[in-house]
Amino acid sequence: MAEELAIRVRGLRKVYGAHTAVDALDLDVHRGECFALLGPNGAGKTTTVEILEGYRQRTAGEVEVLGTDPRRPDRDWRARVGIVLQSTGEFEALTVREVVRHFATYYPAPRDPDSVIEAVGLAEKAGARTALLSGGQRRRLDVALGIIGSPQLLFLDEPTTGFDPQARQEFWELIRSLSAEGTTILLTTHYLAEAEALADRVGVIDAGRMIEVATPATLGGRDTAATVVSWDGPDGREQVRTDTPTALVTKLAATFGGEVPGLAVARPSLEETYLSMINTGDPS
Amino acid sequence: MTATPAPAASAARAATVRAATGPAHTARIGWERGKLEVKEFLRQRESVVFTLAFPVVLLLLFGAIIGGYQIDGGLTFAQYFVPGILAAGLFGVAFQTLAIQIAIERDKHILKRLRGTPMPPAAYFLGKIIMVLAMVVLESIVLLAIAGELGKVRLPGSVHAWTTFAWVTLLGTAAGALLGIAFSSIPRTGRAAPATITPVALILQFISGVYFVFTTQPHWLQPVGAFFPLKWIAQGYRSVFLPASYAAYEPAKAWELGRTALVLAVWAVGGLLFALRTFRWKTRADE
Repeated sequence: MAEELAIRVRGLRKVYGAHTAVDALDLDVHRGECFALLGPNGAGKTTTVEILEGYRQRTAGEVEVLGTDPRRPDRDWRARVGIVLQSTGEFEALTVREVVRHFATYYPAPRDPDSVIEAVGLAEKAGARTALLSGGQRRRLDVALGIIGSPQLLFLDEPTTGFDPQARQEFWELIRSLSAEGTTILLTTHYLAEAEALADRVGVIDAGRMIEVATPATLGGRDTAATVVSWDGPDGREQVRTDTPTALVTKLAATFGGEVPGLAVARPSLEETYLSMINTGDPS
Repeated sequence: MTATPAPAASAARAATVRAATGPAHTARIGWERGKLEVKEFLRQRESVVFTLAFPVVLLLLFGAIIGGYQIDGGLTFAQYFVPGILAAGLFGVAFQTLAIQIAIERDKHILKRLRGTPMPPAAYFLGKIIMVLAMVVLESIVLLAIAGELGKVRLPGSVHAWTTFAWVTLLGTAAGALLGIAFSSIPRTGRAAPATITPVALILQFISGVYFVFTTQPHWLQPVGAFFPLKWIAQGYRSVFLPASYAAYEPAKAWELGRTALVLAVWAVGGLLFALRTFRWKTRADE
């Protein structure tokens, strides 16, 4: 396992009839990295991820996942890749423990089912039928099934949709611990905070193209972008964009003779940066 | 939820472990799947009740409507009809129920999820056959008990007859289930599955001599029925439960057990090969 890249994509293209879903897409994900794919609905995230997972055939381009072309996935490769689909699994009358134990039998080197159930926070529900789980609990079961085989690479397609904030925080902790163990993770998400909390790097896909790859802190020139300083002036709320926020705040402090009412100093959030990128189709 | 899942195989260790392959591994996973499917089925009370009730209702209805009608050779129609109901019950579960169930599982992305694991595809089919076999055995016991109680069937005393019953059930289930597995790929959605599959099952019942004496059907229709496995399952069961003299009412004037075994085995093997090649793990919308 000499290669450093867990995923290498060059010139990926996927056409459905007259519609080009993915075009000229390049992607490198390093081993051990947590990479987040961002993009609006229909941008081509799921198409891209499902090509990497071996579910869909590409129209053109080179793809290597763990050193193998996923066009014809074999069982060894399947055993090294964990997949959490966008749709939630339904196992009706079976209990959490039965499902997790069963999936463990598919893999050559599975994790201990009870430890996995504990790790995803379902220990109290281990004996419960899956039909009785809440949406968030079912999603955790999906993750349990994704990691039961002890994968080197884990795909998570919108894993926390429908979670409450508490459950999301706990879920992030789980993903961080998997990442700390060395599992490579490719995550797609709508939640910018999720990408910021988990990802080493993010890639933004829009209309089937990768428009930028960067760390969450530097995406779209966020780190060097103008800072917005706002305060309550005599005639209402005032707002100034500036490259020298400290100088402006000092001046304001002098003007007001101390505390500046309603002072806020903010760099553009990842969300604002992202929205400006996908609206213009180009990093600002 | 903060604990690291342990004991985690390190990436290096996982890289050296090869996924097991071969028929023994497939059989083991298939057995695991079969146990899980049976468990799941038995816990869904409505499906158990309806599956078991269907042939019983058929038996009682036909018995009430035309059961007293004498056919040649001294049996009432109800008595002649019992092996046919057994066969129809088997085929209903193996072909119809299974094909619809798989189409629904495909819609729910259960198949897609399995495809993303190293589970051998044939293990999924094997698990389904085991589940169907369990249902068929349960169904047959209930039906024979009720038919026996009503005096509609005389249970054979010979080991030979029960051996025939066992292999017809086993091969018939395999053939019907593999046909059902192959057929499940045809409906576009799970919702359309009952409308697509039920008529096929019904027509097969009509042309296979389940509801009539096979040889009373039009001559041109008989070879069509004889092409499909259900006719042979019904014929095999008649050889078990009817007096030997009734072999004369079969097309070949004999029970043709050798040919029955051959036809059912060909359907099972052909169905398996066909299913392995054409089986869809994803919905059409998801291609």
